[in-house]
Amino acid sequence: MKILVEATKLASMRGEQILFMNLDISLERGEIVLLRGRNGSGKTTLLRQLAGLSQPQAGRLQRYGSQHWIGHNHGLKTHETPRLHLRHWANVWGSACDIEQILARLNLKRPADVPSRLLSAGQKRRTAIGRLLLEDRPIWLLDEPFNALDTQGHDMLRDLIEAHVSAGGAVIAALHGEIAMSATREISL
Amino acid sequence: MKSAPIHYAFRQALVEAWAGGAGLLLPVGFFGGTVVLVPFSLGDSSALLATAGPGVLWLALALASLVTLERVFQADLQDGALDLWIQEDNLISLIAAVKILAHFIVSGLPLVLLTPLIGLMFQIPAEATVTAMAVYGFGGVSFFLWGGVAAALSASIARAGLLIAVIALPFYLPTMIFGSLAILEDGAGTSDLFLLASTLFALGVAPPFMGAALRLAAD
Repeated sequence: MKILVEATKLASMRGEQILFMNLDISLERGEIVLLRGRNGSGKTTLLRQLAGLSQPQAGRLQRYGSQHWIGHNHGLKTHETPRLHLRHWANVWGSACDIEQILARLNLKRPADVPSRLLSAGQKRRTAIGRLLLEDRPIWLLDEPFNALDTQGHDMLRDLIEAHVSAGGAVIAALHGEIAMSATREISL
Repeated sequence: MKSAPIHYAFRQALVEAWAGGAGLLLPVGFFGGTVVLVPFSLGDSSALLATAGPGVLWLALALASLVTLERVFQADLQDGALDLWIQEDNLISLIAAVKILAHFIVSGLPLVLLTPLIGLMFQIPAEATVTAMAVYGFGGVSFFLWGGVAAALSASIARAGLLIAVIALPFYLPTMIFGSLAILEDGAGTSDLFLLASTLFALGVAPPFMGAALRLAAD
């Protein structure tokens, strides 16, 4: 199956304001789709609809494959350390991958045992990104994933996305205007 | 159905309840405070304390559930963990239920275990203590489950404590009444069965309510 996500005539309203309507999105294996748009244009809303977290007000949405989600909030509990967080979700998903290797890859070896309330924003973001590597899921839904990352973090995430896409996965990411990223398609909201 | 998500949600909630709510200290302080203050408010007649004591503790358990539940789902909503749980193949109802059970174990179960000690202070007879422990154990689950529904409904509201109380208290009433009657009857009547029934009802009905409310909160 080549197509991973197929959405037709999606619409979303916030209060009395229409964020978007008649929006068609399709995602195939090997594609990177970027969502661009000003603040409040509905990028996050659209991603949440694609993740099944939010119901579209109109339209049809089909997802053929499981997804990884990285939102504004990282999903870390205040008592969790990066190691505990990754181990927790590896356990939940029944993944047998090597947590130490993922921590090393994300440059999280040093703060691996620091509770998340003491981590920097970038370290929390890296921990969340670590979840992408726990289990092989074809669809990655990323909401401004470069936020809070340093230059080295940008390169690392770009490498991860490229590796994922060339292995047959696909990515939909909401991005700020200035971040450069090679993409199959861009959608402006 | 996969059991790993539920198992690990339970473990995470146990650790979180332990780490976040000062662990055992909050309920111990709550019940300890009740024990210390009740003789001052009701007087020191030992007959009165022995009669009123179990009921007063029963009330303290109900109120303690309201105090501790305010943050249980609100934290998940704010830190983004709720988004991850909702994406776990329709397991959110069960995950919410085991989170509530974890909170009951950390905040409610200590009362059950402390009852013999508190009973000594109130001079409650030994048989009545056993009945009271059973009532607190089974009835407490029901309090926490209904409190959990209220907490899920108000997860997206800041300072929701009052709202949780207003939503949950009507649902507490059957359990409250049957529990008090069971303590008074001391095994002689059928109220203990009704208490059990009210807890079973909560176990069946509250999880889907929590699941639906949490989906709504995340939307």
